[in-house]
Amino acid sequence: MVGRGLLTFKTLPSISATGVTAGPLEKKSSFKDKFDKVYDDERCGLETNEHAHAKMMEDACMIALSKIDSLPSDADYLLIGDLVNQMTPSNFCATTMGIPYIGLFSACATSVSSLILAALLTEVGMSEIAIAGAASQHNAIERQFRYPVEYGSQKPATAQWTVTAAGVAAITPHKKGFPSIECATIGCVTDLGMTDPFNMGAAMAPAAADTLTRHLSGHGTSVNDYDVIMTGDLGKTGFELYKKLVANKGIDDTKNFRDAGAEFYGKDPSFLAGASGAGCSAAIYFSEIFEKMKIGKYKRVLLIATGALLSPMSFQQEDTIPCIAHAIELTMK
Amino acid sequence: MDEKKYAKLEQEISPKIPLMKNILKAFLTGGIICLVAQFVALFYMTYFDFTERTASNPTVATMIFFSMLLTGFGLYKKIGQFGGAGSAVPITGFGNAVISAAIEHKSEGYVLGVGSNMFKLAGSVILFGVFSAFVVALIKTILVKLGVVSW
Repeated sequence: MVGRGLLTFKTLPSISATGVTAGPLEKKSSFKDKFDKVYDDERCGLETNEHAHAKMMEDACMIALSKIDSLPSDADYLLIGDLVNQMTPSNFCATTMGIPYIGLFSACATSVSSLILAALLTEVGMSEIAIAGAASQHNAIERQFRYPVEYGSQKPATAQWTVTAAGVAAITPHKKGFPSIECATIGCVTDLGMTDPFNMGAAMAPAAADTLTRHLSGHGTSVNDYDVIMTGDLGKTGFELYKKLVANKGIDDTKNFRDAGAEFYGKDPSFLAGASGAGCSAAIYFSEIFEKMKIGKYKRVLLIATGALLSPMSFQQEDTIPCIAHAIELTMK
Repeated sequence: MDEKKYAKLEQEISPKIPLMKNILKAFLTGGIICLVAQFVALFYMTYFDFTERTASNPTVATMIFFSMLLTGFGLYKKIGQFGGAGSAVPITGFGNAVISAAIEHKSEGYVLGVGSNMFKLAGSVILFGVFSAFVVALIKTILVKLGVVSW
């Protein structure tokens, strides 16, 4: 026990494999070549967006498992989540996979919260293979949180685009040559009174800044100890605000800071402030970051996934947007 | 950092809404939609037996038909992102609100999906439109009765 919300993994559980699937529009992503599978149809040839959402998650799980020559029946736990009401895509995915399952909701921070829980199960020796991850499907999420997909409303430059992507990782006991999970910090819900769902980055930035400082002071590290510190989906606006907030806390050196949401679609202005969604951080962490760690380009990274814990109803009732950020530290030895 | 300070910082960092540019784009988009509608009205007056007053009904129906096509082909949302209020205020925007909701909820069936969700966005336009028409008509009736204005 190190402190409140701080976790250290002595056995260094490893991320042994990852699986990332993405929708057709994600061919515009700067990271498209790193995704394992890109569909040509947003609905993957299925009847509904929600079915496609589940299918994407199933495929990502199967890809990750196949990379470690395993079958769903070999996996001990499935810890995944998404943004659809009651997480039905994850539930349907779990039905198909038949792996003991707990659905997790930390909004877009689920990529890291699931990793933390998978690492804990592995740490205590209860799991040989645990699948962790998150996903989002643009059409399924937009219709729930905003307007119908084809509705012609004008979005401001601070708005973000929900990605269609699923990213999962297979966590195993320590394995040489694979990124290992060193420590983590569970976030506190932070709410600085932001109410605009078209500026989610601004709402989430304080949560990211809070978790970063708690992680650094709690685990006794500084920003320069990391090759990269990557936030989840702050987007271009939120990322700027986050850098200002950490500068306020005395961290000026932000050259190794990256944000998956701000980078996901490159500089394409049609995506406004960048990407968001549970699949955004999961897809980048489990492709770009995982690969660069495996080849030894990154030795130590800090992933801080951010989530806006609002519902369409809480927004209509004029509530503020509570946000969370969970951090996990990966090392490559 | 407290909420007030953060709100100030957020205002500083977030890109400003380009008001003048948006107004111009809305003017252009709305203007073009109305110009097209004007041609449609002229078409009905020239080739059919409609007067300037009666041509409005078939014109509105035709414009909604165009809006339906554009929504179905995924173009109206692009026009909406460019034009803002310019494409939301004309009848085509109303059509888009109804049609996009209908497309969206087809997966839940025709009764519980399309039927009950079609007016989810446009419903309040109808409700408050009818209500404000009632209030305006009431005021005018009173004024006519008082002899201030005539019908």
